[in-house]
Amino acid sequence: MAKERKKIDRRWVFLLIFIGVAIPLIVKIGLPVETSKNVEMVYNLVENTPEESTVLISFDYDPASMPELHPMGKAILKHCFRKNINVIFTAMWPMGVQMAEDLIDQLQVEFPQIKYGEDYVNLGFKAGGMVTIQSMGKDLTKIFPEDMYGTPIDELPIMDGIKNFNNIMFVFSLSAGSPGIKEWVQIVHDKFNKPTSGGCTGVSAPAILPYVNEQQQLTGLLAGMKAAAEYEYMIGAPSTATSGMDAQSIAHFIIIIFIAIGNINYWRAKKSNEKDGL
Amino acid sequence: MLGFFNILGIWLGALFTFAIFSFLYKDNPFYKTAEHIFVGLSAGYWFIYTIYSILIPNLYNPLTSNISKNWILLIPAILGIMMLLRLIPKFDWISRYPIALIIGTTSGVFLLRYLKSDVINQLTATLINPFSSGDWVEVVGKFMLIFGTLTGVIYFYFSKKHTGTFGATAKIGIYFLMISFGAAFGYTAMARISLLIGRLQFLLGDWLGLISP
Repeated sequence: MAKERKKIDRRWVFLLIFIGVAIPLIVKIGLPVETSKNVEMVYNLVENTPEESTVLISFDYDPASMPELHPMGKAILKHCFRKNINVIFTAMWPMGVQMAEDLIDQLQVEFPQIKYGEDYVNLGFKAGGMVTIQSMGKDLTKIFPEDMYGTPIDELPIMDGIKNFNNIMFVFSLSAGSPGIKEWVQIVHDKFNKPTSGGCTGVSAPAILPYVNEQQQLTGLLAGMKAAAEYEYMIGAPSTATSGMDAQSIAHFIIIIFIAIGNINYWRAKKSNEKDGL
Repeated sequence: MLGFFNILGIWLGALFTFAIFSFLYKDNPFYKTAEHIFVGLSAGYWFIYTIYSILIPNLYNPLTSNISKNWILLIPAILGIMMLLRLIPKFDWISRYPIALIIGTTSGVFLLRYLKSDVINQLTATLINPFSSGDWVEVVGKFMLIFGTLTGVIYFYFSKKHTGTFGATAKIGIYFLMISFGAAFGYTAMARISLLIGRLQFLLGDWLGLISP
C-alpha cells in the first residue's frame, strides 16, 4: 500500500499567516518599495495633466475591496489635489459613492482649501454599466443632470464647459469587477480615444493587464496593494498600503515556505513509494 | 452621541470579524450567527438601496415631476412590471418578453464593443515590431508576447491533431498558459492576504489603537 504524505493541520498555516501579518503591522520593518513601469505610467499621466483641468475618477468598488482600492484612491486623489486638478467622481457600483465620500472626509484634513463644486464634485451612482458610460460620452449632463445631493450640475462651477469625455483629460476607474475598468476602456479609450487608466484588485489584475499594451488601451495600471504602495512612495506620502506591504511580504514568505514543504513532502513520499516498488 | 455610535460600530465590527474568523478553527454558532446576520442585512440593504438609488431617481421622480416630457420612461416601467409577473405562476410567461429584450440589446451592444476592444485592438497590440525599442529587455519581452500568443492560440486549435511540429508548438503554448495561471494564482494570493491585512489594520488600529497608518 502506497505511503500517505504527512499532512500539516491547515489551522497551523492560518495561525502562522495571522501572526506573520500581525507582527509587521505593529513592528514596522520598512522593506524597500520599488516602482514598476505600470505604476510609473499612471503617475506620469497625472503628473503631466495641466493644472485646473478636469479628470473623472469612477469608484467602482464596495467595502469588500477597500484594503486594496482605498489606498489607491487616496493616493491618486492626493496627487490630483496637489496638482490643482479638478476631479469629478462617479460610481458604477452603488456603494462607490460612500467610498468616494469617505476618502474626501479623510483628505479634507490635509487639503482644507478644496471646495465642493469647485475642486471636486460627486455625481453619485448610476446603474447601467457600459450603456451608461457610452451615454456619458455623448452627453454627460443628461446621465447626471444633478449631483448626489440633488444640486443641478449647471449650478456647479466645476461642471462649466463639461459636456462629455472631450472636456475631460483622462478617466480613472478604481475597479473591483464589472462594471469597471474593462467597460471604461471599451468605451472611453476604444470609442472616444481618451486616455483611460485605473486601479484594480489583485484577483482581477490578470484579466485587466492585457489592456496595458502597445495600443495604450490602458495608460498604466495599479494592480493590488503592491501598486498602491508604489504610488504612495512615488508621491512621497506613505500610508496604509506602504505599512501593509511589510506584512504582505512576510505572508508571501510563509506561503512560499509552505509550498516548498508541501513539494518536498510529496517528492519524499513518491521516492519512498518507488523504493518500495509501489 | 455620535462618538458613542462610532465606538459601538467599531466594537460590533471587531466582534463580527472574530466571529467570521472563528470558522478557520471549525464551524461554530458564532460564525453561523454572523453569517446569517450578514446575509439578512445585505438583502435588506440592497432592497432599500435599489428603491432609493435606482427606482425613485430614475423612474418615479421624472414621471411624477413631468410625465409629458418623460413619458418614454413608461416603457421600461411596463417592462419592469412584466418582469415581476414572473412571481405569479399563471402569468410568468409574460416575463419572457422583457428578458428577451434585455438579452437581445445586451448581445448587440456587447458584441460590437468586445469585438473592437478584445479582438481587434488586442490583435493589433500583438502585431508589433519587437525591435522598435533599443532596450534588449523590452525586445525579449515583445518576442515572448508574440511567441506566447501564437503558441497559446495554436494550443486552442482543435481541428488538427496535436502531433509533430504542430503538437510541439501547442505544448509550448501549454507552458505559457501554465506560467500565466501561476501568475494569476500569485495575484490571487496577494489579494487575499491584502484582505487579511485590511481586517488586521482595522482590529489593531481602529479597535485597539495599537497602530496608526
